[in-house]
Amino acid sequence: MAAHLSYGRVNLNVLREAVRRELREFLDKCAGSKAIVWDEYLTGPFGLIAQYSLLKVNELFGQLLVIFLRHRLTLLLRVDEDRRGPTRDFHILFVPRRSLLCEQRLKDLGVLGSFIHREEYSLDLIPFDGDLLSMESECAFKECYLEGDQTSLYHAAKGLMTLQALYGTIPQIFGKGECARQVANMMIRMKREFTGSQNSIFPVFDNLLLLDRNVDLLTPLATQLTYEGLIDEIYGIQNSYVKLPPEKFAPKKQGDGGKDLPTEAKKLQLNSAEELYAEIRDKNFNAVGSVLSKKAKIISAAFEERHNAKTVGEIKQFVSQLPHMQAARGSLANHTSIAELIKDVTTSEDFFDKLTVEQEFMSGIDTDKVNNYIEDCIAQKHSLIKVLRLVCLQSVCNSGLKQKVLDYYKREILQTYGYEHILTLHNLEKAGLLKPQTGGRNNYPTIRKTLRLWMDDVNEQNPTDISYVYSGYAPLSVRLAQLLSRPGWRSIEEVLRILPGPHFEERQPLPTGLQKKRQPGENRVTLVFFLGGVTFAEIAALRFLSQLEDGGTEYVIATTKLMNGTSWIEALMEKPF
Amino acid sequence: MNRTKGDEEEYWNSSKFKAFTFDDEDDELSQLKESKRAVNSLRDFVDDDDDDDLERVSWTGEPVGSRTRPGSFQSLSDALSDTPAKSYAPELGRPKGEYRDYSNDWSPSDTVRRLRKGKVCSLERFRSLQDKLQLLEEAVSMHDGNVITAVLIFLNLTPACLPEILFRELEVRQIALRHLIHFLKEIGDQKLLLDLFRFLDRTEELALSHYREHLNIQDPDKRKEFLKTCIGLPFSAEDSAHIQDHYTLLERQIIIEANDRHLESAGQTEIFRKHPRKASILNMPLVTTLFYSCFYHYTEAECNGTISAHRNLRLLDKQYVLTALAARAKLRAWNDVDALFTTKNWLGYTKKRAPIGFHRVVEILHKNNAPVQILQEYVNLVEDVDTKLNLATKFKCHDVVIDTCRDLKDRQQLLAYRSKVDKGSVEEEKIDALLSSSQIRWKN
Repeated sequence: MAAHLSYGRVNLNVLREAVRRELREFLDKCAGSKAIVWDEYLTGPFGLIAQYSLLKVNELFGQLLVIFLRHRLTLLLRVDEDRRGPTRDFHILFVPRRSLLCEQRLKDLGVLGSFIHREEYSLDLIPFDGDLLSMESECAFKECYLEGDQTSLYHAAKGLMTLQALYGTIPQIFGKGECARQVANMMIRMKREFTGSQNSIFPVFDNLLLLDRNVDLLTPLATQLTYEGLIDEIYGIQNSYVKLPPEKFAPKKQGDGGKDLPTEAKKLQLNSAEELYAEIRDKNFNAVGSVLSKKAKIISAAFEERHNAKTVGEIKQFVSQLPHMQAARGSLANHTSIAELIKDVTTSEDFFDKLTVEQEFMSGIDTDKVNNYIEDCIAQKHSLIKVLRLVCLQSVCNSGLKQKVLDYYKREILQTYGYEHILTLHNLEKAGLLKPQTGGRNNYPTIRKTLRLWMDDVNEQNPTDISYVYSGYAPLSVRLAQLLSRPGWRSIEEVLRILPGPHFEERQPLPTGLQKKRQPGENRVTLVFFLGGVTFAEIAALRFLSQLEDGGTEYVIATTKLMNGTSWIEALMEKPF
Repeated sequence: MNRTKGDEEEYWNSSKFKAFTFDDEDDELSQLKESKRAVNSLRDFVDDDDDDDLERVSWTGEPVGSRTRPGSFQSLSDALSDTPAKSYAPELGRPKGEYRDYSNDWSPSDTVRRLRKGKVCSLERFRSLQDKLQLLEEAVSMHDGNVITAVLIFLNLTPACLPEILFRELEVRQIALRHLIHFLKEIGDQKLLLDLFRFLDRTEELALSHYREHLNIQDPDKRKEFLKTCIGLPFSAEDSAHIQDHYTLLERQIIIEANDRHLESAGQTEIFRKHPRKASILNMPLVTTLFYSCFYHYTEAECNGTISAHRNLRLLDKQYVLTALAARAKLRAWNDVDALFTTKNWLGYTKKRAPIGFHRVVEILHKNNAPVQILQEYVNLVEDVDTKLNLATKFKCHDVVIDTCRDLKDRQQLLAYRSKVDKGSVEEEKIDALLSSSQIRWKN
């Protein structure tokens, strides 16, 4: 059992167990020792469901070969190669569902028939933490918003049906955006088709809020400033793991002289099972230092206690606590090192310059002319994605750029990074991230003022508002969730109409015995589903709201993908096949 | 760029366009076409049916009901088609042992629902175009990409549904249309995709989709030829210019590359001996190419239009100067650097000016370890006094600091700087001389 999944208001271990059970059933069906070939994209998410001991990987000379596959055509050619080896029995497991394209391809390669078992394993939503679920579908945004392919939405709806089967029907559904509307429709339709068996589980969730990513294109573009957000921005967190440069983590041994310096990256798991991490992950980075130094004092003091242990009983008690103290000390050492690594970045001149420009844009300053810092970045050939994030941020904060400014940036980018990026720039335009201003009207100031997106006095140490996650900017998406809870969306009708897509409310009837009666002082539980991706900063902001004294609502977060501005833009770049 | 319909027909049917087929190397697309043809010629797949065990496992919190009934059924893409036309041919064969469940009377909506659950379904009965379209509409309302694709595949290959008819019907069915486009992209059927775009008059997408193919052509000459076919396609005005530039650039790079590779292997040219090339110039961006030319081909005799040619590609003066500066600074060719910024006015007097701030020039010079005298000269040209002082201090350009402090009449700062210069040096003497001078009215 993964302890950290039970911490929250909703016990997500139930989901994890259900999903593991299904996997075991499939594997048992393929009798005998198995060798498993993975679509490497799946190994990460699966690691969250089952330890590898459950999926024993034998040498490839085993009788059976089990292949776990996401529907990606390029992978299938390798499948074919594998098959040409010594005779084996093959089974194939499509995750999350069989794909006609893949089967067609297998057929064309003449190998479809050789698979004994062809099944699908509906792993739609994977629990990442006690309040976090993700589909880890990196192409969802592109498919939904650029190509009009709604398959990911279908999976989102299916994932939600699974959740409802385990945790009860969700009585109220709110949404903003085209995709949100589609998912809600699919859910209602699926429920209708499921006639006969009523769901008798007492509902855990009070509300579901579906949000399109394109309702808030701004937030992922800005640099996150929470501890976890910065780790993701700088090093990238994959399936709760991060790979870090090893030098700072080498154990300091006397007289070693550094001859055994590790060369492989240090891999750390990051989730709320680690006490210290749970405490600092969502804080603004500037507030982390003081927590770490306080912790250092506490741990030091705890170790000093051994001097006070006189009786056998006291010594015994001290020794029994040692493992916990040692774990705490190790945890502290790790995070102190990570914090140092991050500090090297955040105190650099370039980071400061970049942040200054971002904050200028977000507060509405000079968004309508070519920006010097961006030009310098292009001239010095900084990373293309860094440049794209900045120009897109400017575009979004200006409701599109003046044609002259846009053409200027485009030309500089194409001449510096290559003409082939015309295709990427087109994708960005289609996504609404980098486009010409139509209608000559900039809506962003209205949205910013009405929703109070820019807060001048931010308290990073003891925040009072969600804007602390970006040291001044309150994530638009989270603001919408906050206002829905109190006082409700009727108060922001006008702004909602400016933002893209319809907004709506649906009710799902519950059998009378299951009507939720809330105790006085008990919080509502809202599931917020980001369709197209969510950042750690937004998650931190929602967690902040959950723990507010008089907040009234606790949040569980679901999404198609955990992402940041860099991975997001990267997914929109056109690459050769 | 306006193209008449006739021109476009001609374009698509001309030999030039046909020239864009891929090499006979083992690329996915040709393999796919091969194997599709092979598959189509085999009949025994239908009999050799080991798909009986095909099952579907999915989570249900419900007791085993209709959704998890085990049994056998065929995958939609199993078997093969009777129609020879297109290669991908999903047609349903007969499953074994499912006859109880097999019925001929399902409505389109039932059919689609069964498709989604992966159950037995024959689409053959939907013969007329109207029936097919109704089936499609049902599929679309399900929002299930898999099912929509399946129906589209089915529609695509039956004789009653020639591409033009299909296209026309899809034009008004946006969702199905989007799925078809996505499907064609996935399967790599470029020709049909382009036909579709052309039919829909989505000219810009047509152009972009065609242009995108160049990423898959490795051979530089072939890529160049392909880019030529992109010129004149209905891009936006700005993009058309970029595409033209792309072609021109690659054309030029091919010439440079051939020439330089020859020079390098001949081993006679000093610049190549001293600074051997680390990579080919092919397919590099414009600015990189310019840097390369300014590095290897800057001298008078070799200028031969290469650099000015690059500049003709609508490069800003600013970018040119920065790039040339970086290249010459790397080679420590300070005279060339000097010449970049020197302009003669009509009286013959020279003056230094730059389209970029001189602070940038200083930074680049410093990055290339320029000697202090050179740095000093350019720091002096920085207009903003604070920046000038900052840079001078940072790069230890003593004279500039001293002179600036004197000009600002800032005694305190001068005094503070005294400790930074070497004891007994010329600079120290200079500072002392200034500090004791009665001519200067210090402000502090």
